[in-house]
Amino acid sequence: MNALVATFRRELAMLWAGGGALTPLGYFFGATMLVPLAMGPDRALLETAGPPLVWIAAALSVLAMLERLFQADLEDGSLDQMLLSPAPLEGLVLAKGAALWVAIGLPLALAGAPVAIALQAPVERIPLIVASLALGTAAFVSVGLIGAALTASVKRGGVLLALIVLPLFAPPIIFGASVASGEDVSAAFAILGGCALGGLALGPIAAAAALRLQAE
Amino acid sequence: MFAFLANPARFMAFSAWAAPILFAGALILFAVGVPWALFYSPPDYQMGDTVRIMYVHVPAAWWSMGAYAFMAGASFVGLVWRHVLADVAARAAAPVGAVFAAVCLITGSLWGAPTWGTWWEWDGRMTSMLVLFITYLGYIALWSSIEDEERAARLAAILCLVGAINLPIVKFSVDWWSTLHQPASIMRSGGAAINGEMLGPLLTLGGAYLLLFGALTLMNMRAAIFRRRVESAELRKAHA
Repeated sequence: MNALVATFRRELAMLWAGGGALTPLGYFFGATMLVPLAMGPDRALLETAGPPLVWIAAALSVLAMLERLFQADLEDGSLDQMLLSPAPLEGLVLAKGAALWVAIGLPLALAGAPVAIALQAPVERIPLIVASLALGTAAFVSVGLIGAALTASVKRGGVLLALIVLPLFAPPIIFGASVASGEDVSAAFAILGGCALGGLALGPIAAAAALRLQAE
Repeated sequence: MFAFLANPARFMAFSAWAAPILFAGALILFAVGVPWALFYSPPDYQMGDTVRIMYVHVPAAWWSMGAYAFMAGASFVGLVWRHVLADVAARAAAPVGAVFAAVCLITGSLWGAPTWGTWWEWDGRMTSMLVLFITYLGYIALWSSIEDEERAARLAAILCLVGAINLPIVKFSVDWWSTLHQPASIMRSGGAAINGEMLGPLLTLGGAYLLLFGALTLMNMRAAIFRRRVESAELRKAHA
Protein backbone atom coordinates (compact mmCIF):
# COMPACT_ATOMS: atom_id res chain seq x y z
CA MET A 1 0.00 0.00 0.00
CA ASN A 2 2.87 2.34 0.84
CA ALA A 3 4.39 1.75 -2.58
CA LEU A 4 1.10 2.67 -4.22
CA VAL A 5 0.78 5.90 -2.25
CA ALA A 6 4.41 6.73 -2.93
CA THR A 7 3.96 6.12 -6.66
CA PHE A 8 0.84 8.26 -6.66
CA ARG A 9 2.66 11.10 -4.90
CA ARG A 10 5.75 10.86 -7.06
CA GLU A 11 3.67 10.88 -10.23
CA LEU A 12 1.65 13.82 -9.01
CA ALA A 13 4.79 15.73 -8.11
CA MET A 14 6.31 15.02 -11.50
CA LEU A 15 3.16 16.07 -13.34
CA TRP A 16 3.09 19.21 -11.27
CA ALA A 17 6.74 19.96 -11.98
CA GLY A 18 6.06 19.47 -15.67
CA GLY A 19 3.53 22.29 -15.68
CA GLY A 20 0.62 20.41 -14.13
CA ALA A 21 -2.65 20.79 -15.93
CA LEU A 22 -1.52 24.02 -17.58
CA THR A 23 -0.57 22.49 -20.93
CA PRO A 24 -3.61 20.23 -21.39
CA LEU A 25 -5.90 23.00 -20.18
CA GLY A 26 -4.36 25.40 -22.67
CA TYR A 27 -4.83 22.78 -25.37
CA PHE A 28 -8.43 22.25 -24.28
CA PHE A 29 -9.20 25.98 -24.40
CA GLY A 30 -7.43 26.39 -27.71
CA ALA A 31 -9.18 23.48 -29.37
CA THR A 32 -12.63 24.56 -28.21
CA MET A 33 -11.89 28.13 -29.24
CA LEU A 34 -11.60 26.93 -32.83
CA VAL A 35 -15.12 25.45 -32.74
CA PRO A 36 -17.15 28.65 -33.11
CA LEU A 37 -14.54 29.96 -35.51
CA ALA A 38 -15.21 26.99 -37.76
CA MET A 39 -18.98 26.77 -37.26
CA GLY A 40 -19.87 30.41 -36.98
CA PRO A 41 -21.27 32.01 -33.84
CA ASP A 42 -24.85 30.89 -34.49
CA ARG A 43 -26.42 30.37 -31.07
CA ALA A 44 -28.80 27.55 -31.88
CA LEU A 45 -26.14 25.57 -33.72
CA LEU A 46 -23.65 25.94 -30.88
CA GLU A 47 -26.23 24.94 -28.33
CA THR A 48 -26.59 21.50 -29.91
CA ALA A 49 -23.02 21.03 -31.11
CA GLY A 50 -21.23 22.64 -28.16
CA PRO A 51 -21.46 20.01 -25.41
CA PRO A 52 -20.39 17.10 -27.66
CA LEU A 53 -17.45 19.16 -28.89
CA VAL A 54 -16.42 19.89 -25.32
CA TRP A 55 -16.32 16.12 -24.88
CA ILE A 56 -14.20 15.54 -27.96
CA ALA A 57 -11.77 18.26 -26.91
CA ALA A 58 -11.47 16.72 -23.43
CA ALA A 59 -10.79 13.29 -24.95
CA LEU A 60 -8.05 14.71 -27.16
CA SER A 61 -6.52 16.59 -24.23
CA VAL A 62 -6.25 13.36 -22.23
CA LEU A 63 -4.87 11.59 -25.29
CA ALA A 64 -2.14 14.18 -25.65
CA MET A 65 -0.96 13.49 -22.09
CA LEU A 66 -0.72 9.72 -22.51
CA GLU A 67 2.29 9.44 -24.79
CA ARG A 68 4.94 10.15 -22.17
CA LEU A 69 3.20 8.32 -19.33
CA PHE A 70 5.28 5.14 -19.45
CA GLN A 71 7.90 6.18 -22.00
CA ALA A 72 9.83 8.20 -19.44
CA ASP A 73 9.71 5.27 -16.99
CA LEU A 74 11.07 2.95 -19.64
CA GLU A 75 13.91 5.30 -20.53
CA ASP A 76 15.14 6.20 -17.05
CA GLY A 77 14.83 2.77 -15.49
CA SER A 78 11.87 3.54 -13.23
CA LEU A 79 10.00 0.74 -14.95
CA ASP A 80 12.61 -1.79 -13.84
CA GLN A 81 12.24 -0.49 -10.29
CA MET A 82 8.48 -0.88 -10.55
CA LEU A 83 8.93 -4.46 -11.70
CA LEU A 84 11.34 -5.20 -8.83
CA SER A 85 8.99 -3.71 -6.27
CA PRO A 86 7.06 -6.20 -4.15
CA ALA A 87 3.89 -4.23 -4.89
CA PRO A 88 1.91 -5.61 -7.83
CA LEU A 89 2.63 -3.81 -11.10
CA GLU A 90 -1.10 -3.51 -11.75
CA GLY A 91 -1.45 -1.47 -8.56
CA LEU A 92 1.44 0.81 -9.45
CA VAL A 93 -0.05 1.38 -12.90
CA LEU A 94 -3.38 2.18 -11.28
CA ALA A 95 -1.65 4.66 -8.95
CA LYS A 96 -0.04 6.38 -11.92
CA GLY A 97 -3.40 6.53 -13.68
CA ALA A 98 -5.05 7.95 -10.58
CA ALA A 99 -2.39 10.65 -10.34
CA LEU A 100 -2.91 11.53 -14.00
CA TRP A 101 -6.65 11.80 -13.42
CA VAL A 102 -6.22 14.03 -10.36
CA ALA A 103 -3.65 16.23 -12.10
CA ILE A 104 -5.28 16.43 -15.54
CA GLY A 105 -8.72 14.80 -15.60
CA LEU A 106 -10.32 16.74 -12.76
CA PRO A 107 -9.01 20.15 -13.90
CA LEU A 108 -10.28 19.36 -17.41
CA ALA A 109 -13.71 18.50 -16.02
CA LEU A 110 -13.84 21.78 -14.08
CA ALA A 111 -12.61 23.71 -17.10
CA GLY A 112 -15.51 22.14 -18.98
CA ALA A 113 -17.82 24.57 -17.18
CA PRO A 114 -16.53 27.87 -18.62
CA VAL A 115 -15.94 26.27 -22.01
CA ALA A 116 -19.48 24.89 -22.15
CA ILE A 117 -20.87 28.27 -21.14
CA ALA A 118 -18.83 29.96 -23.87
CA LEU A 119 -20.22 27.44 -26.34
CA GLN A 120 -23.78 28.46 -25.32
CA ALA A 121 -24.71 25.32 -23.38
CA PRO A 122 -27.75 26.01 -21.19
CA VAL A 123 -26.48 27.11 -17.76
CA GLU A 124 -28.63 24.66 -15.81
CA ARG A 125 -26.86 21.81 -17.60
CA ILE A 126 -23.35 22.87 -16.53
CA PRO A 127 -23.15 20.75 -13.33
CA LEU A 128 -24.17 17.73 -15.37
CA ILE A 129 -21.48 18.45 -17.95
CA VAL A 130 -18.79 18.81 -15.28
CA ALA A 131 -19.85 15.63 -13.50
CA SER A 132 -19.98 13.63 -16.71
CA LEU A 133 -16.56 14.92 -17.72
CA ALA A 134 -15.11 13.89 -14.37
CA LEU A 135 -16.33 10.33 -14.92
CA GLY A 136 -15.44 10.42 -18.59
CA THR A 137 -11.85 11.51 -18.09
CA ALA A 138 -11.49 8.64 -15.60
CA ALA A 139 -12.66 6.28 -18.33
CA PHE A 140 -10.31 7.88 -20.88
CA VAL A 141 -7.32 7.65 -18.56
CA SER A 142 -7.98 4.05 -17.58
CA VAL A 143 -8.32 2.71 -21.14
CA GLY A 144 -5.58 5.12 -22.22
CA LEU A 145 -3.20 3.30 -19.86
CA ILE A 146 -3.42 0.32 -22.20
CA GLY A 147 -2.45 2.32 -25.28
CA ALA A 148 0.32 4.13 -23.40
CA ALA A 149 1.79 0.83 -22.21
CA LEU A 150 1.53 -0.84 -25.62
CA THR A 151 3.36 2.00 -27.37
CA ALA A 152 5.87 2.82 -24.62
CA SER A 153 8.84 1.54 -26.63
CA VAL A 154 7.79 3.15 -29.91
CA LYS A 155 9.66 6.34 -30.68
CA ARG A 156 7.28 9.09 -31.72
CA GLY A 157 4.42 6.76 -30.93
CA GLY A 158 1.87 9.52 -30.42
CA VAL A 159 -0.12 8.94 -33.59
CA LEU A 160 -0.01 5.17 -33.15
CA LEU A 161 -1.20 5.63 -29.58
CA ALA A 162 -4.12 7.71 -30.83
CA LEU A 163 -5.02 5.13 -33.46
CA ILE A 164 -5.05 2.39 -30.82
CA VAL A 165 -6.91 4.31 -28.15
CA LEU A 166 -9.57 6.14 -30.16
CA PRO A 167 -11.74 3.04 -30.76
CA LEU A 168 -11.58 2.41 -27.00
CA PHE A 169 -12.87 5.94 -26.43
CA ALA A 170 -16.03 5.26 -28.44
CA PRO A 171 -18.31 3.97 -25.63
CA PRO A 172 -17.52 6.70 -23.06
CA ILE A 173 -17.85 9.38 -25.76
CA ILE A 174 -21.28 8.10 -26.77
CA PHE A 175 -22.71 8.05 -23.27
CA GLY A 176 -20.84 11.07 -21.98
CA ALA A 177 -21.92 13.29 -24.83
CA SER A 178 -25.49 12.04 -24.35
CA VAL A 179 -25.37 13.17 -20.73
CA ALA A 180 -23.85 16.50 -21.73
CA SER A 181 -26.56 17.02 -24.36
CA GLY A 182 -29.24 16.19 -21.82
CA GLU A 183 -30.55 13.14 -23.65
CA ASP A 184 -31.73 10.20 -21.57
CA VAL A 185 -29.54 11.46 -18.75
CA SER A 186 -29.89 8.92 -15.97
CA ALA A 187 -29.42 5.83 -18.15
CA ALA A 188 -26.50 7.37 -20.03
CA PHE A 189 -24.90 8.49 -16.78
CA ALA A 190 -25.13 5.01 -15.31
CA ILE A 191 -23.59 3.42 -18.40
CA LEU A 192 -20.87 6.07 -18.47
CA GLY A 193 -20.05 5.05 -14.90
CA GLY A 194 -19.98 1.46 -16.13
CA CYS A 195 -17.47 2.43 -18.83
CA ALA A 196 -15.25 4.08 -16.22
CA LEU A 197 -15.46 1.08 -13.87
CA GLY A 198 -14.86 -1.39 -16.68
CA GLY A 199 -11.85 0.62 -17.77
CA LEU A 200 -10.55 0.73 -14.21
CA ALA A 201 -10.87 -3.03 -13.93
CA LEU A 202 -9.35 -3.90 -17.30
CA GLY A 203 -6.94 -1.04 -18.02
CA PRO A 204 -4.31 -1.63 -15.31
CA ILE A 205 -4.23 -5.39 -15.94
CA ALA A 206 -3.72 -5.07 -19.70
CA ALA A 207 -1.28 -2.17 -19.27
CA ALA A 208 0.79 -4.08 -16.69
CA ALA A 209 0.93 -7.12 -19.00
CA ALA A 210 2.20 -4.89 -21.79
CA LEU A 211 4.75 -3.17 -19.54
CA ARG A 212 6.22 -6.51 -18.47
CA LEU A 213 6.92 -7.20 -22.13
CA GLN A 214 8.40 -3.75 -22.69
CA ALA A 215 10.95 -4.25 -19.92
CA GLU A 216 12.14 -7.67 -21.13
CA MET B 1 -5.42 -31.32 -35.24
CA PHE B 2 -4.08 -28.13 -33.69
CA ALA B 3 -1.55 -30.06 -31.63
CA PHE B 4 -0.46 -31.84 -34.78
CA LEU B 5 -0.05 -28.59 -36.69
CA ALA B 6 1.69 -26.82 -33.84
CA ASN B 7 4.96 -28.15 -35.17
CA PRO B 8 6.12 -25.60 -37.78
CA ALA B 9 7.68 -28.24 -40.05
CA ARG B 10 4.46 -30.25 -40.10
CA PHE B 11 2.50 -27.04 -40.57
CA MET B 12 4.57 -26.15 -43.62
CA ALA B 13 4.06 -29.59 -45.12
CA PHE B 14 0.33 -29.38 -44.44
CA SER B 15 -0.18 -25.82 -45.64
CA ALA B 16 1.77 -26.45 -48.84
CA TRP B 17 -1.22 -28.58 -49.82
CA ALA B 18 -3.99 -26.91 -47.88
CA ALA B 19 -3.49 -23.35 -49.13
CA PRO B 20 -3.86 -24.16 -52.85
CA ILE B 21 -6.76 -26.54 -52.15
CA LEU B 22 -8.62 -23.88 -50.16
CA PHE B 23 -7.84 -21.35 -52.86
CA ALA B 24 -9.16 -23.65 -55.57
CA GLY B 25 -12.27 -24.30 -53.48
CA ALA B 26 -12.80 -20.56 -53.13
CA LEU B 27 -12.46 -20.11 -56.91
CA ILE B 28 -14.99 -22.87 -57.56
CA LEU B 29 -17.49 -21.39 -55.11
CA PHE B 30 -17.00 -17.94 -56.62
CA ALA B 31 -17.47 -19.42 -60.11
CA VAL B 32 -20.77 -20.92 -58.97
CA GLY B 33 -21.90 -18.17 -56.62
CA VAL B 34 -21.18 -15.04 -58.66
CA PRO B 35 -23.30 -15.94 -61.72
CA TRP B 36 -25.96 -17.39 -59.43
CA ALA B 37 -26.11 -14.16 -57.45
CA LEU B 38 -25.86 -11.80 -60.40
CA PHE B 39 -28.04 -13.51 -63.00
CA TYR B 40 -30.04 -16.42 -61.64
CA SER B 41 -31.39 -15.05 -58.38
CA PRO B 42 -34.55 -12.95 -58.22
CA PRO B 43 -34.36 -9.17 -57.97
CA ASP B 44 -35.80 -7.62 -54.85
CA TYR B 45 -39.38 -6.40 -55.24
CA GLN B 46 -38.42 -3.03 -53.77
CA MET B 47 -34.73 -2.59 -54.44
CA GLY B 48 -34.62 -4.28 -57.84
CA ASP B 49 -31.21 -5.31 -59.03
CA THR B 50 -29.32 -3.27 -56.46
CA VAL B 51 -30.05 -6.03 -53.97
CA ARG B 52 -27.25 -7.97 -55.66
CA ILE B 53 -24.71 -5.81 -53.84
CA MET B 54 -25.78 -7.82 -50.80
CA TYR B 55 -23.94 -10.88 -52.12
CA VAL B 56 -20.64 -9.02 -51.97
CA HIS B 57 -21.45 -6.99 -48.91
CA VAL B 58 -22.86 -9.45 -46.40
CA PRO B 59 -20.18 -12.18 -46.66
CA ALA B 60 -17.51 -9.48 -46.27
CA ALA B 61 -19.25 -8.31 -43.09
CA TRP B 62 -19.49 -11.86 -41.75
CA TRP B 63 -15.89 -12.78 -42.30
CA SER B 64 -14.40 -9.46 -41.26
CA MET B 65 -15.93 -10.23 -37.87
CA GLY B 66 -15.02 -13.90 -38.19
CA ALA B 67 -11.42 -12.96 -38.95
CA TYR B 68 -11.26 -10.82 -35.84
CA ALA B 69 -12.66 -13.65 -33.73
CA PHE B 70 -10.04 -15.95 -35.24
CA MET B 71 -7.30 -13.43 -34.41
CA ALA B 72 -8.54 -13.10 -30.85
CA GLY B 73 -8.46 -16.87 -30.45
CA ALA B 74 -4.97 -17.09 -31.93
CA SER B 75 -3.79 -14.19 -29.76
CA PHE B 76 -5.08 -15.93 -26.66
CA VAL B 77 -3.26 -19.12 -27.59
CA GLY B 78 -0.13 -17.13 -28.38
CA LEU B 79 -0.20 -15.32 -25.04
CA VAL B 80 -1.03 -18.31 -22.87
CA TRP B 81 0.98 -21.08 -24.51
CA ARG B 82 3.58 -18.80 -26.07
CA HIS B 83 3.22 -20.50 -29.38
CA VAL B 84 4.99 -18.87 -32.34
CA LEU B 85 2.60 -20.28 -34.91
CA ALA B 86 -0.40 -18.76 -33.16
CA ASP B 87 1.31 -15.36 -33.26
CA VAL B 88 2.01 -15.80 -36.94
CA ALA B 89 -1.60 -16.84 -37.57
CA ALA B 90 -3.05 -13.79 -35.82
CA ARG B 91 -0.83 -11.46 -37.76
CA ALA B 92 -1.51 -13.20 -41.05
CA ALA B 93 -5.28 -12.90 -40.66
CA ALA B 94 -5.26 -9.17 -39.89
CA PRO B 95 -4.79 -7.68 -43.38
CA VAL B 96 -7.37 -10.09 -44.82
CA GLY B 97 -9.91 -9.11 -42.16
CA ALA B 98 -9.12 -5.43 -42.65
CA VAL B 99 -9.73 -5.69 -46.40
CA PHE B 100 -13.02 -7.53 -45.78
CA ALA B 101 -14.08 -4.72 -43.45
CA ALA B 102 -13.13 -2.14 -46.07
CA VAL B 103 -15.06 -4.06 -48.76
CA CYS B 104 -18.04 -4.19 -46.44
CA LEU B 105 -17.91 -0.43 -45.81
CA ILE B 106 -17.41 0.49 -49.48
CA THR B 107 -20.11 -1.81 -50.85
CA GLY B 108 -22.42 -0.73 -48.05
CA SER B 109 -21.92 2.85 -49.10
CA LEU B 110 -22.56 1.97 -52.75
CA TRP B 111 -25.69 0.11 -51.73
CA GLY B 112 -26.89 2.94 -49.53
CA ALA B 113 -26.76 5.52 -52.29
CA PRO B 114 -29.60 4.13 -54.43
CA THR B 115 -31.67 2.51 -51.66
CA TRP B 116 -31.41 4.89 -48.71
CA GLY B 117 -30.61 7.93 -50.81
CA THR B 118 -27.34 8.57 -48.99
CA TRP B 119 -23.75 7.36 -49.28
CA TRP B 120 -23.31 7.16 -45.57
CA GLU B 121 -25.71 6.83 -42.70
CA TRP B 122 -24.55 6.80 -39.09
CA ASP B 123 -26.57 3.77 -38.26
CA GLY B 124 -25.51 1.22 -35.68
CA ARG B 125 -24.10 -1.46 -37.94
CA MET B 126 -22.13 0.84 -40.20
CA THR B 127 -20.65 2.69 -37.27
CA SER B 128 -19.54 -0.45 -35.48
CA MET B 129 -18.06 -1.81 -38.72
CA LEU B 130 -16.11 1.43 -39.02
CA VAL B 131 -14.81 1.00 -35.47
CA LEU B 132 -13.83 -2.58 -36.33
CA PHE B 133 -11.94 -1.32 -39.38
CA ILE B 134 -10.06 1.26 -37.28
CA THR B 135 -9.28 -1.44 -34.71
CA TYR B 136 -7.74 -3.52 -37.50
CA LEU B 137 -5.62 -0.56 -38.59
CA GLY B 138 -4.37 -0.02 -35.04
CA TYR B 139 -3.48 -3.68 -34.69
CA ILE B 140 -1.54 -3.75 -37.96
CA ALA B 141 0.17 -0.44 -37.16
CA LEU B 142 1.25 -1.58 -33.70
CA TRP B 143 2.69 -4.77 -35.08
CA SER B 144 4.67 -3.07 -37.79
CA SER B 145 6.08 -0.35 -35.54
CA ILE B 146 7.85 -2.69 -33.12
CA GLU B 147 10.98 -4.34 -34.45
CA ASP B 148 11.46 -7.23 -32.06
CA GLU B 149 9.13 -9.85 -33.54
CA GLU B 150 8.39 -11.68 -30.34
CA ARG B 151 7.60 -8.58 -28.33
CA ALA B 152 5.53 -7.19 -31.17
CA ALA B 153 3.55 -10.42 -31.25
CA ARG B 154 2.77 -10.35 -27.52
CA LEU B 155 1.87 -6.66 -27.48
CA ALA B 156 -0.34 -7.02 -30.53
CA ALA B 157 -2.01 -10.02 -28.90
CA ILE B 158 -2.86 -7.92 -25.83
CA LEU B 159 -4.29 -5.23 -28.11
CA CYS B 160 -6.29 -7.82 -30.03
CA LEU B 161 -7.86 -9.18 -26.84
CA VAL B 162 -8.62 -5.69 -25.55
CA GLY B 163 -10.29 -5.01 -28.88
CA ALA B 164 -12.26 -8.23 -28.57
CA ILE B 165 -13.69 -6.93 -25.29
CA ASN B 166 -14.17 -3.44 -26.65
CA LEU B 167 -15.95 -4.31 -29.90
CA PRO B 168 -19.09 -5.88 -28.37
CA ILE B 169 -19.31 -2.91 -26.00
CA VAL B 170 -19.01 -0.55 -28.96
CA LYS B 171 -21.70 -2.53 -30.77
CA PHE B 172 -24.03 -2.19 -27.81
CA SER B 173 -23.20 1.50 -27.31
CA VAL B 174 -23.67 2.36 -30.94
CA ASP B 175 -27.01 0.55 -31.11
CA TRP B 176 -28.21 2.50 -28.10
CA TRP B 177 -26.87 5.69 -29.59
CA SER B 178 -28.39 5.21 -33.02
CA THR B 179 -31.84 4.44 -31.65
CA LEU B 180 -31.53 7.69 -29.76
CA HIS B 181 -30.52 9.73 -32.78
CA GLN B 182 -31.92 7.92 -35.79
CA PRO B 183 -35.04 9.11 -37.46
CA ALA B 184 -36.63 5.72 -38.02
CA SER B 185 -37.51 6.50 -41.63
CA ILE B 186 -34.49 5.13 -43.42
CA MET B 187 -33.67 1.79 -41.88
CA ARG B 188 -36.07 -1.05 -41.96
CA SER B 189 -35.02 -3.33 -39.15
CA GLY B 190 -32.68 -5.17 -41.48
CA GLY B 191 -32.58 -8.63 -42.91
CA ALA B 192 -36.33 -9.15 -42.72
CA ALA B 193 -36.92 -12.83 -43.52
CA ILE B 194 -34.73 -13.34 -46.51
CA ASN B 195 -36.11 -15.01 -49.59
CA GLY B 196 -35.08 -18.66 -49.97
CA GLU B 197 -33.90 -18.08 -53.52
CA MET B 198 -31.53 -15.40 -52.30
CA LEU B 199 -30.22 -17.52 -49.45
CA GLY B 200 -28.60 -20.06 -51.77
CA PRO B 201 -26.19 -17.72 -53.56
CA LEU B 202 -25.60 -15.79 -50.35
CA LEU B 203 -24.46 -18.87 -48.46
CA THR B 204 -22.40 -20.03 -51.45
CA LEU B 205 -20.55 -16.73 -51.53
CA GLY B 206 -20.25 -16.80 -47.74
CA GLY B 207 -18.47 -20.13 -48.14
CA ALA B 208 -16.32 -18.69 -50.93
CA TYR B 209 -15.21 -15.80 -48.72
CA LEU B 210 -14.43 -18.19 -45.89
CA LEU B 211 -12.27 -20.40 -48.08
CA LEU B 212 -10.58 -17.32 -49.50
CA PHE B 213 -9.88 -16.11 -45.98
CA GLY B 214 -8.40 -19.49 -45.07
CA ALA B 215 -6.25 -19.63 -48.21
CA LEU B 216 -4.92 -16.07 -47.88
CA THR B 217 -4.22 -16.48 -44.18
CA LEU B 218 -2.30 -19.70 -44.77
CA MET B 219 -0.32 -18.06 -47.57
CA ASN B 220 0.49 -15.10 -45.35
CA MET B 221 1.60 -17.48 -42.61
CA ARG B 222 3.84 -19.37 -45.01
CA ALA B 223 5.37 -16.13 -46.21
CA ALA B 224 6.06 -15.07 -42.63
CA ILE B 225 7.68 -18.41 -41.80
CA PHE B 226 9.81 -18.31 -44.94
CA ARG B 227 10.88 -14.78 -44.04
CA ARG B 228 11.98 -15.97 -40.61
CA ARG B 229 13.93 -18.83 -42.11
CA VAL B 230 15.71 -16.49 -44.48
CA GLU B 231 16.54 -14.12 -41.65
CA SER B 232 17.95 -16.85 -39.42
CA ALA B 233 19.91 -18.33 -42.34
CA GLU B 234 21.44 -14.92 -42.99
CA LEU B 235 22.29 -14.59 -39.32
CA ARG B 236 23.97 -17.97 -39.33
CA LYS B 237 25.94 -17.04 -42.41
CA ALA B 238 27.02 -13.77 -40.85
CA HIS B 239 28.27 -15.54 -37.73
CA ALA B 240 29.93 -18.46 -39.48
